[in-house]
Amino acid sequence: MCVAAPMKVIKIDGDVIRAELGGTTKDARLDIIDERPELGDYVVIHAGFALHRIDPEEAKITLGLWKEMGVIDEVPE
Amino acid sequence: MRYLSEYRDGELASKMVERIKSTSKTPARFMEICGTHTVAIFKHGIRDVIPKHIDLISGPGCPVCVTAARDIDKAIKCARIPNVIVTTFGDMMRVPGSGSSLKKEKSLGADVRMVYSTMDAVEIAKQNPDKKVVFIGIGFETTAPTIAASVLAAQAQGVDNFLVLSSHKLLPPALAALLSGDDLDVTGFICPGHVSVIIGVAPYQAVVEAYGKPCVIIGFEPLDILQGISMLVDQVEAGEPRVEIQYRRAVPADGNPNARRVMDQVFEPCDAPWRGLGWIPKSGLAFREAYRAFDADALFDLEVSDSPEPPGCKCGEVLKGLVKPIDCKLFRKACNPENPIGPCMVSSEGTCAAYYRFSGD
Repeated sequence: MCVAAPMKVIKIDGDVIRAELGGTTKDARLDIIDERPELGDYVVIHAGFALHRIDPEEAKITLGLWKEMGVIDEVPE
Repeated sequence: MRYLSEYRDGELASKMVERIKSTSKTPARFMEICGTHTVAIFKHGIRDVIPKHIDLISGPGCPVCVTAARDIDKAIKCARIPNVIVTTFGDMMRVPGSGSSLKKEKSLGADVRMVYSTMDAVEIAKQNPDKKVVFIGIGFETTAPTIAASVLAAQAQGVDNFLVLSSHKLLPPALAALLSGDDLDVTGFICPGHVSVIIGVAPYQAVVEAYGKPCVIIGFEPLDILQGISMLVDQVEAGEPRVEIQYRRAVPADGNPNARRVMDQVFEPCDAPWRGLGWIPKSGLAFREAYRAFDADALFDLEVSDSPEPPGCKCGEVLKGLVKPIDCKLFRKACNPENPIGPCMVSSEGTCAAYYRFSGD
């Protein structure tokens, strides 16, 4: 039930955003998000609310770990 | 698709599997405590590719499944009150209480409606000012802040006919209850991704300190799960249990303090009944005094007498990871997705439903 997906913010209207993933769009409220997103940011959405703004630097750290584990050769830009 | 396709790359997954095979020597049992993990592990065939001496078991991670029959009976009692509209997440409709389900009540004429977000229930309340609209509030820390935020939104908009029947659950007290029992045989935990978006790492630090069990917060894509298992294996082999975050793109170490503040403003911890685990101190959420006007439990008399669990059903033991669905005599016979007897077969994220759909057992 705690399903949530990273979606791209395509519209911001006050405290409501519209986000897109693979052609599907969803509206979500920003009441409880940790950090206000900007257009083009990715956010984690659950049950009509955005929970988290994805930090691209944090995502890169995971890929860096893959490199350390010998799974990838280079961290992609 | 950014943040998705790279975590589904088959070639990288094979390399991660090879890494697990070359590093894992010690037999291990890792418990996942999130229904979304239960389904993802089956869907991606993770059990089939990891070494046989690593066993993956499911814990009490599905909010629908852990909702006690007593709380379902209270929701049903609510649906029978005249001029009440009950709103709920879809999975709750078919969960059997001790004698009925919300779906059955709907077929008998009760006004029960499925919603995607609690805010949809607030809208229904606005459109039906002459009725009371009760949202059946279930879910862990991922969902409870969204429901608290809806209460605050309803208050700000002057919607006074919106109510919540709060059956929310907090995960860390359940984890502590599981660990303090002497029958739990678990090497480490696949910690839930989206609960941790809110609670961060602190609750798991306590698990590591008190019980010495490795904890890794893991995402839901195939590479996430394989990397997370590999991190657990590294901790087991090194004999150095700690909390690690594999799912870094979504989980900051301190979680989401804003969401916790909203949750804390509206609700306070209370003792709560869990299916299979019994009453656990401070593991549920009740309305704070200042928000009692939104509390369905305060407005209506919803007390129910004894709510027995279905006879023969082993959901309680399945939720504790003590038995697998195939060990239940009802599984695949009397109990199946068309005719579920226990909650673990009702919810699409229930352990029994996942075994039924994906496992040949």
